[in-house]
Amino acid sequence: MNALIRIFAVLHKEFLQLSRDRLTFGMIVGIPLIQLMMFGYAINTDVRNLTAAYADETDSHLSRQFIADLTASQVISMQQRVNNADELMALLDAGQISIGVYVPNDFDRRVQQQDRSVAQLLVDGSDTIILGVAQQLTSVPVHFDSQVPPARQGAKIEVRNFYNPERRSAVNIVPGLVGVILTMTMVLFTAVAIVREKERGNMELLINTPVRTIELMLGKIIPYILIGLIQLVIILSLGWYFFEVPIRGSGLHVLFAALMFIATNLSLGLLISTTAGTQFQAMQLTFFFFLPSILLSGFMFPFDGMPQLAQNIAEILPLTHFNRLIRGIVLRGADISTLWLELAALGAFMVVALTLAVARFRKRLD
Amino acid sequence: MNAPAISAHGLTRKFGSLVAVNNVDLEIPAGKIYGFLGPNGSGKSTTIRMLCGLLLPSAGTATVMGMDTRQESEALKQQIGYMTQRFSLYEDLTVKENLRFISEVYAVSRAQRKARVEELLTQYNLREKERQRAGTLSGGQKQRLALAAATLHRPKILLLDEPTSAVDPQNRRDFWETLFELAEQGTTILVSTHYMDEAARCHSLAILDRGVKVADGSPRSLGENIDMRVIEVEASDPNRARLSLAQETKITSITQLGVRLRVLLPKTLPDALQMVQHNLQSAAINAEVREVFPDLEDIFVAVTQRRRAEVTP
Repeated sequence: MNALIRIFAVLHKEFLQLSRDRLTFGMIVGIPLIQLMMFGYAINTDVRNLTAAYADETDSHLSRQFIADLTASQVISMQQRVNNADELMALLDAGQISIGVYVPNDFDRRVQQQDRSVAQLLVDGSDTIILGVAQQLTSVPVHFDSQVPPARQGAKIEVRNFYNPERRSAVNIVPGLVGVILTMTMVLFTAVAIVREKERGNMELLINTPVRTIELMLGKIIPYILIGLIQLVIILSLGWYFFEVPIRGSGLHVLFAALMFIATNLSLGLLISTTAGTQFQAMQLTFFFFLPSILLSGFMFPFDGMPQLAQNIAEILPLTHFNRLIRGIVLRGADISTLWLELAALGAFMVVALTLAVARFRKRLD
Repeated sequence: MNAPAISAHGLTRKFGSLVAVNNVDLEIPAGKIYGFLGPNGSGKSTTIRMLCGLLLPSAGTATVMGMDTRQESEALKQQIGYMTQRFSLYEDLTVKENLRFISEVYAVSRAQRKARVEELLTQYNLREKERQRAGTLSGGQKQRLALAAATLHRPKILLLDEPTSAVDPQNRRDFWETLFELAEQGTTILVSTHYMDEAARCHSLAILDRGVKVADGSPRSLGENIDMRVIEVEASDPNRARLSLAQETKITSITQLGVRLRVLLPKTLPDALQMVQHNLQSAAINAEVREVFPDLEDIFVAVTQRRRAEVTP
């Protein structure tokens, strides 16, 4: 009974302080809003309008048709025409173009004979995404109208695109963003909430009262669980409104997965707070954890494409597991029970982090 | 006599190579105001923190209300009220919200909670400020709020760590009146200070110097027991008198207070008064010279000087 009163006391105090801390309050709503807009609109692996130039040494009807076809693909945007391959190279070196199209002076004959490459793409391959895009351009068909189109070469593999037929990056980004934002804000808020009391000297008073460690931690965590849920609603509803990201699975399953993830992050925040002495240290430690999370969890790059070592590291990050959960439920409409392994992983993190945090937290100053 | 409210034996605390508190013995009777007098860094705060279980002693033991501070620190917390040196209530909560929070944390029963907060608001003259955020209070108001919070659960022991360092003289007088009322009701109060006048108000006190307890007793007995005599010199030209007396190697210290000089000499010196008179006459300085009873400052200078002499031979 007394324990409940004390938990409620800490809880009540925390809400009062939160309602007066405008900066934190702004961050609760502001971070999801800004990040959603930033990532939703800016991150686009579906590349269009790469700057390009061309050198057409044939200048025939067919070569002009060929350049027009390439431009019509919208993958590249032709900036200028130059005279020869050397000038293309110069532009590429200067970084003014990403792709150069070189049409040799025997272009028509090459097309006729179909034994050699008809043209050359000079690609700035330092960005591998651009290189990948250039590959798409090679499938643009080139032949004379009078010519018989070349027969399909052998059997082809057909691609069927599930879950994201329009190939929009936002569909993948928005559910992933839920995890990223929750990681950033939840870990940081709890870590700072406790360290701030140390810094301001409140902790010396607090640890001299009968309040128990676990009561203090629960009182500190619960307000942030609510905040995490508010953020979840903001991101998913704005994602649905602005980027038409569907929620195919059950809302209840989304809620449950998110609750598990929020609790895991809050426990981690508490653990950080037992190590950090100042709010600045708490912030640094949070970012030390946040950066690998955002890079390795599969949010930015496909998990399977990473080297084995990176995959192993990713497996010990809660965000990796949450990404699989949330993408599974939101995009594929998966039932949460089929993803129980990811839930168990999150649960294990939480138990370990919370146990360590309670064990490390001392009601002492030394 | 009753068992002491606080007792400590060989209490020691080290921070790395620094010995903050060195082998301190304490015996503090119940219902009394006991002072810790000492300069900054003398180990007052560290001792108080060890007594309320916030710091573990490196060596030695302490019992408060018969409970060991190491093993029973949680049970002790209901008995101790602790006022930190730095204001440690929540500056972004109002006066009343702070008190309500403390009342809930100490799990005062629901019926009593409200009444107790109201009582304290009146008692500590905070009624008009109850809706004001604690961070915007003046030094005196903050101090009253902190004392109200520390006494909310009616502790038997109050540990006050330099409670008056940010408070004006009038507020200090009021504060001490409150302390005497609390002591009368049976609360044992341990208060650290570096103000001599405050130390003089305590029933008894310990003087701490660089982690070591160099003297203890009532202010009166401390004066009787020091091995120094104090000679007061009232001269028309105190500066010249001071320079002249400074030649005398047997004098322990000279302190100037306006036109008066307080001269400390070892008690073992047989004719100290004549020596001072003689010194001033030969320098042709007109002065009135008389022996006086040592005040706390004299005692403080005497005991710390003696220790310096021992430490640095």
